Amino acid sequence: MPGKLKAKIVAGRHLPVMDRASDLTDAFVEVKFGNTTFKTDVYPKSLNPQWNSEWFKFEVDDEDLQDEPLQITVLDHDTYSANDAIGKVYIDIDPLLCSEAATVISGWLPIYDTIHGIRGEINVLVKVDLFNDLNRFRQSSCGVKFFCTTSIPRCYRAIMVHGFVEELVVNEDPEYQWIDRIRTPRASNEARQRLIFLMSGELQRKIGLKVLEMGGNAVVGYLQCFDLEGESGLVVRAIGTACTLEKISSTLPATATHPSNSSPSKDMKEPGFGEEAPGVPLSSGPPTPLRAQTFSSFSPSKSYSRQSSSSDTELSLTPKTGMGSGGSAGKEGGPLKALLRQQTQSALEQREYPFFTLAAFPPGFLLHVGGVVSARSVKLLDRIHNPDEPETRDAWWEEIRQEIKSHAKALGCHAVVGYSESTSICEEVCILSASGTAAILSSRFMQDGPLDTEHRLSRQPLCVFSTGSERVEGDMGSSASLGFEEVVSPGCGFCHIPYDELNIPFPAQLTYCYCCRRYKVPDVLFTTIDLPTEANVTGKGCLIQARLCRTKKKAQGEGNATVISNLLPFLEYELHTQLMNKLKLRGMNALFGLRIQISVGETMLLGLASATGVYLTALPSPGGIQIAGKTPSDITYEQHISNMQKKINDTIAKNKELYEINPPEVVEEIIGSPIPEPRQRSRLFRSQSESSDEVSELDLSHGKKDAFVLEIDDTDAVEDIHALLTDSPTPAGFYSCNTEIMPGIQNWTSAIQMFTSVRVFRLNANLTNQGLNKIFSDLCENLLKSLYFKLRSMVPCCLCHLNFTVAIPEDELIQVAVTAVAMSFDKEQLLENGKQSGEKTLIKAITENDEQLQFNLELNAETSAPNPLSSPKGLSEVGSHLSARASSVDYSSFADRCSSWIEQLKLKAHTIRRGSVKTTSSMEKASPLPEGRSRSLRSNRSYSGSSVAVVKMTPLSFIPGAKIIKYLGIINMFFIRETTSLREEGGVSGFLHTFIAEVFAMVRAHVAALGGNAVVSYSMKECVFMENPNKNQAQCLINVSGDAVMFVRESELESTSVQTQSATTHTSNGAEGT
Amino acid sequence: MSVELDVFVGNTTIMDKEVYQLWLNGYTVNDAVKVRIEGGVMEECEASAEVLLSDTMDQYRTFQMCERLLHHPAKLANQLLFQIPPDRQAMLIERYYAFDDSFVREVLGKKLSKGTKKDLDDVSTKTGITLKSCRRQFDNFKRVFKVVEELKGPLVENIRQHFLLPDQLARDYAAIVFFANNRFETGKKKLHYLTFQDFAFCAGQLINNWTLGAVDNIMEDMDVDLDKEFLQELKDLKILITDKDLLDQHKSLVCTALRGKTNVFNEMEANFKNLSRGLVNIAAKLINAKDVRDFFIDLVEKFIEPCRSDKWTSIDVNLYLTHYTNSVHILDTFKHHAVWTRYMGVIKSCILRMYHD
Repeated sequence: MPGKLKAKIVAGRHLPVMDRASDLTDAFVEVKFGNTTFKTDVYPKSLNPQWNSEWFKFEVDDEDLQDEPLQITVLDHDTYSANDAIGKVYIDIDPLLCSEAATVISGWLPIYDTIHGIRGEINVLVKVDLFNDLNRFRQSSCGVKFFCTTSIPRCYRAIMVHGFVEELVVNEDPEYQWIDRIRTPRASNEARQRLIFLMSGELQRKIGLKVLEMGGNAVVGYLQCFDLEGESGLVVRAIGTACTLEKISSTLPATATHPSNSSPSKDMKEPGFGEEAPGVPLSSGPPTPLRAQTFSSFSPSKSYSRQSSSSDTELSLTPKTGMGSGGSAGKEGGPLKALLRQQTQSALEQREYPFFTLAAFPPGFLLHVGGVVSARSVKLLDRIHNPDEPETRDAWWEEIRQEIKSHAKALGCHAVVGYSESTSICEEVCILSASGTAAILSSRFMQDGPLDTEHRLSRQPLCVFSTGSERVEGDMGSSASLGFEEVVSPGCGFCHIPYDELNIPFPAQLTYCYCCRRYKVPDVLFTTIDLPTEANVTGKGCLIQARLCRTKKKAQGEGNATVISNLLPFLEYELHTQLMNKLKLRGMNALFGLRIQISVGETMLLGLASATGVYLTALPSPGGIQIAGKTPSDITYEQHISNMQKKINDTIAKNKELYEINPPEVVEEIIGSPIPEPRQRSRLFRSQSESSDEVSELDLSHGKKDAFVLEIDDTDAVEDIHALLTDSPTPAGFYSCNTEIMPGIQNWTSAIQMFTSVRVFRLNANLTNQGLNKIFSDLCENLLKSLYFKLRSMVPCCLCHLNFTVAIPEDELIQVAVTAVAMSFDKEQLLENGKQSGEKTLIKAITENDEQLQFNLELNAETSAPNPLSSPKGLSEVGSHLSARASSVDYSSFADRCSSWIEQLKLKAHTIRRGSVKTTSSMEKASPLPEGRSRSLRSNRSYSGSSVAVVKMTPLSFIPGAKIIKYLGIINMFFIRETTSLREEGGVSGFLHTFIAEVFAMVRAHVAALGGNAVVSYSMKECVFMENPNKNQAQCLINVSGDAVMFVRESELESTSVQTQSATTHTSNGAEGT
Repeated sequence: MSVELDVFVGNTTIMDKEVYQLWLNGYTVNDAVKVRIEGGVMEECEASAEVLLSDTMDQYRTFQMCERLLHHPAKLANQLLFQIPPDRQAMLIERYYAFDDSFVREVLGKKLSKGTKKDLDDVSTKTGITLKSCRRQFDNFKRVFKVVEELKGPLVENIRQHFLLPDQLARDYAAIVFFANNRFETGKKKLHYLTFQDFAFCAGQLINNWTLGAVDNIMEDMDVDLDKEFLQELKDLKILITDKDLLDQHKSLVCTALRGKTNVFNEMEANFKNLSRGLVNIAAKLINAKDVRDFFIDLVEKFIEPCRSDKWTSIDVNLYLTHYTNSVHILDTFKHHAVWTRYMGVIKSCILRMYHD
C-alpha cells in the first residue's frame, strides 16, 4: 500500500434544478477510486449544497494511482425512483505523485455530463500521501515528470537526454461493443471517457517505467494520440523524449546568504549558468538541406486470424484487466521477467531509434540539420483480438521508424529531431505517418553506449566543475585546448551540411555559408523543428501553406489501400512543389516547423502542409520563379505569360519589402534580378504520367536550381500559378507563423489570446481536382482572414503556433480546425529594438559561447568527437578564434550569472509570498456560498465577491513578459459530448461552440485547482465531430493536453524585494533534481 | 457548397461592443452585417462581407450563450464557462440592462404582467424599437422587480448589489420598480409631456421621503411601498382647507410675502384657494390605493395646469410653493408640522421638476 489518497467534498454551486416541483435539488456525491466508493450525505433542497464532508481515504497501490482517475459523481437523491446523475468530474491524480509538481488539488471544478454539458461546479480537496517504495520490481513510475513542451522546460536544465520512448495500449472501443445497443448514450460515453482516462494513465505509467530504466527522470515533448479505429478498436499511443532534468532552483543565492545550508551537495548541482533568459527558448544550431523522401508502402496485414472472443467485450467494462500494452509486458508476466524484458528492450530501442520529439534544444545540442525525413504507410485495420498483444500495431510503427532512420542515415545524420507521428483513419484504411528532421547532435547530453558506465561518466564533470569561480577558470583552460569541435558561430552552424560534399545524397546546390564563408550550405532548408533562437535571420518570417485535394475512387479493402498508396507520392510531391513555389515567392530560403498532414476520406485525399518561412542569412538568396510557355508561337499567349511573369516578380518584390528581407551582403547577380540567366536554369518537369516507383522521381529537393521554372503546358500549372498569386497577404499589423517564435519580434506585450476555430465545409458532388483544390485553399484562406478580423483589436500582433488540422468527417465534408495564440507586441519599440536586439544577441552569443566551452569540457570525459562528419577543420584557426573570444566571455557571463542569481533570489521571495497568498485565497474559495435566493444583503456581497481566477492558455512553451516558476503537471483530458436536441442547442455551430468553451473552462478549472495560472504547450489533438441533423443529433470528441504551470509577471518579480528569510526552507524542495 | 459549421472560441471571450449593441437592439444577423458594412469596418480591416457575416454570427452566438448569465449578473463573475475580464463584464451588464427612454415611458407604472408583454408589439410599432429589444427591456424590468420586491433594505442599494449596475442605472430601475409596484398612472395624454427622467426624479423623491425605509433606519420594511402611517396622517392636513379661518389666514400670509415679488401676483391671489384645496385634497386621498395611482395626474390637473394657463414661470412656482409651505408653520392652530414638511417637500420638488416652462 504505498499510497493514501484523500478526498474531501466541500460544496457545490450553480447546480441544475433536478426537482421541477420545488425548483431545487437534493444533491449528494459519490467519490470513487478503483473499486472503492464513498458517499456524502444528501444535502436537501439546495442548488448550492454545503457537504463539508469528512476526508475520504483510499489506500491504494501507486500503480493504481497512476492509472486510475478519481471519479466524482454528483447525484440527485430521489426517494421513490432511482437517483438521477447530475454529472461527473474526473480528476487526474498524477500531478500529485511528483514531488516537484502540485501538492494539493483544491478548487471549483465543473460538473460535466456528456449529454447536458457543464452543470454547476463542485469544490473538492484532494491530497496524496506517498510512502517510499524501494521495491525494485515495482510496476509504477511515480515521480517521473511529463511535459508536453517540446523544449527543455523553463526552470529546468537538461543534464542528459536519453532518447526516444514510445508505448502503445489498445482496447476495444466501448462504442462498438454489443452492449452499446442496449445502454444509454450517456452510459456509453462515460464508459469511453473512463476507458480512455485509464488507458492514458497506464500508458503514462509504462512510459515512465521505460524512462526510469534509462536512468531519466522526465519525459519532454510527450505526445499522446488516440486512434479511433472503430470496429477494430481503440489505440492510445505516445512518444516522447526521456531526459534527466534538474530544476534550476533559486537556491544558489540562498547558499550565498546562508552558508549553513543543510544540503550542500544538492546545491553543488545548481550552477546558475544553465539559466536562460525568460522568453528566450533554449536551442542552438540545427543544420541544412532539404531532403524529404517519401516512401509509402502498403502491406495488407491480414496475417492474424479472425477469432474474436465474445468474452472480450466485457473486458472493457473492467478495463484494468482488459488492456494490453505494446512494448512492455503486462503485470501478469511476473515482475522480474517483465523488468528484464523491458530493460533489454529499451536499451535496444534506444539505439534503434535515435529520435527526439524535441523541437528546440539546449544550446550546443543541435550541430547540423540535414533536412526533413518522412515516411508513410497505408494499412488495413483489422480487429485487435488480444489486447495484451498489440504486436501488429507495434510492428507497423517499427517499420515506419526504421524507414525514418534509414532516411536520416542517407542524409549523413545520426539522429532525427522534431519527430512526430500521426494517423488518419477512414473506415478500415489507416495511413500512418512519421516525420522529423535529420540532424547531427552533440554527444554531450547523450549516452551512446551501454547504460551504466557512460551514464555516470558524463554526469560527473558537471558536478565537479559546476561550483563557483573555479569552474570559470576550468572552462577557460579547457576551452583553449579542446576547441576542436564545433566552435562555429551558433547563428549559422546548424545550416552547414552534415553529409559528405562529394557524396551528396540528392541533387542540391551547395555554396559557402554566407555567414562564416567556411562551410558549405544548401540552397534551401526544410525542417520540422523550431527556428533556433540564435539563428541569423534576415527580416521576418511568415506562415506558408500548401493545400491539396485529390479525388479518388470509392473502393473497399485492399483495393482501396492500393489506390491510396499509389496516390500518396503524387500528393506529397505536389505539396512540396507548392511549398517551394510559395517560399520563393516570398523571397525566403528556409522552412521551419514543417508539418504535413494527409487526411483520407472515402472519395478524396486531403493534404495540408504548414510551415514558417524565413530567410536564413547563411543560405543563398533564393532565385525567382520563371514561367515558361510550351508553345511560344502564339503572341497573345506570350503576352499572357509575360504578364504573369511580371505579376510574380512584383509579388516577390512586394513580399521582400513586407517581410523586410534585405540581405546584408548583396550576393552576386541573383539579387536585383530574381530571374537568372536562362542557361543556369534547369527545368522541373511536371510529368505525372510516369510511374513513380523510383525514389529519384520523388526527389523534392529542387536542388541545383537558381530559379524555378514553371512550365504552363497544362491547366494544372496555370491553376498552380493562380493559387500562388491568390494567397492574400496578411493584413497590415499582422504576422503569422506556426513556430514558437517569430524572428524579428521580441518585444511582446503581455496580451495573449489563445483560440480555437473550427469550420466544416460541405462540398458539391462531382468536383474536379482543380475545383476541390480551389475550395480547400479558399477555405483555409478565409479562415485565416476571419482570424485576422476577429483579432484586429490586438494589432500589432503575431499569430503564433498556428496549428491547422484537417479531417474528412464524412463524404463531402471537410473539417478544418485551428488552434493558435495571438500575441501583441509593442510597435513603438520596434525600431529601437533593432538596435537592442542586436546588442542582446551579441551578449547572448557570448554567454552561449560560454556554454559551449563547457560542453567541450565535458566532452573530454566521453569519447572524442562522436561524428566523423563534423570533424575538425583547421584546428589551429579555430583555436585562436576561440581564445580570443574566451577572454571576453568571462566577465560578461559572470556578471550575467550574478544577475541571474539575484533574480532567482527575488523569485524565491516572491514564491513564498505567493504561497501564503494562495492558501488564503483558496480558503476564500472554499468558503461556502450563500443559499440560493438569499434575502440578506450581506450574503449577496459575498456571493459576488468570489470571482474566478484568470488562467492563461497558450500553445507556446512560454508566456511573454512572465517567468514560469513551477510546472504543476501534465493536463491530458478527453471529453465526449452528445446531444439529441441539436436544433435547440443552436445547431451544429451552437453545439460545438458550447462544447469547446466547456473544454476550455474545464482545463482552466483543473489548472487553477492545481494552483496554476496558465497552461503552456496547449494543444487540441483531437476534435472528432459527427452529426446527424435528420435525427437532430450530434456527437463530438475532444482531446486536449498541455502543461499546467505557475508563472509570475516579470514586472512583479522586479518589484519584489530581495528580503527573504524563509527562502532556505523552500530550497530543499526546489533542489531535488535527478 | 456551404459552410456547415463555423465557430471561434477564445480563451478570453472576444466581444465586439458594436456588435453587442446591434444584438441588444434586436437586429437580425443580416441587418447587423448591413449596419457594420455601412460603418466601414470592412475598409478598415481589409475584410470581406463573408468574414463580417461569419464574425457577426459568431458574436451573436456568444451573446446568446451569455444571456442566461446576464439574467443573474452576480453569476457572471463566478461562472467558469467564459473567461471575461471584469471591465468587460461590467460593460456587458450595463448595456444589457440599459433601456430606451421612449420604451420605458410606455410601460412605466403598468403591471409587469404577461398581459402587458403581449402588448409589446404595439409598443414596438409606436416607438420604432424592435420587438426583440422591447422584450429584453421588459423582461429586465420584470426580473429586477421580482428579485427586489421581497427584499428588505434600501431599494437602490438592493438593485445595485443584485444586478451589479452602476449607480444611475440602479436608481432608474428603482424608479421603474417603484412605479410598477404602486401602479402610478403615467400614460394619460396630459402626462405625455413628461419624460422618464422627470418621473424617475419624482420616484426618487417619493422613495427617499415617503416610504417606511425613509424614516426607519432599521430597514425592517421595504422601500417599494409608501409609509401607510404617514398616508393616514396626511388626512389631518385637511384642516388647512376645511377650517375657513385657517385658510384665510394662510392665504393672507402667503400673499403678504409674495406681493411685489412676481408679475403674476394677481393670479396667485385669485387662485390661492383653488390651488391649496387641490394640493391638500391630493394629500388627504393618498390613503386610497386608487388615488395613489392618480397622484401625477392630480398634480398636473390640480396645480400645474392652472398655473400654466396663468403663465407662471418656474421661478414663480418655486416662489409660491416656498411661501405656501413655510407660511403654514406660522399658523397658530396648525399642529401637524412634521407631516406637512414631509408632504410638501416632496410635492414641491416634484412639481418643480414636472413644471416645464
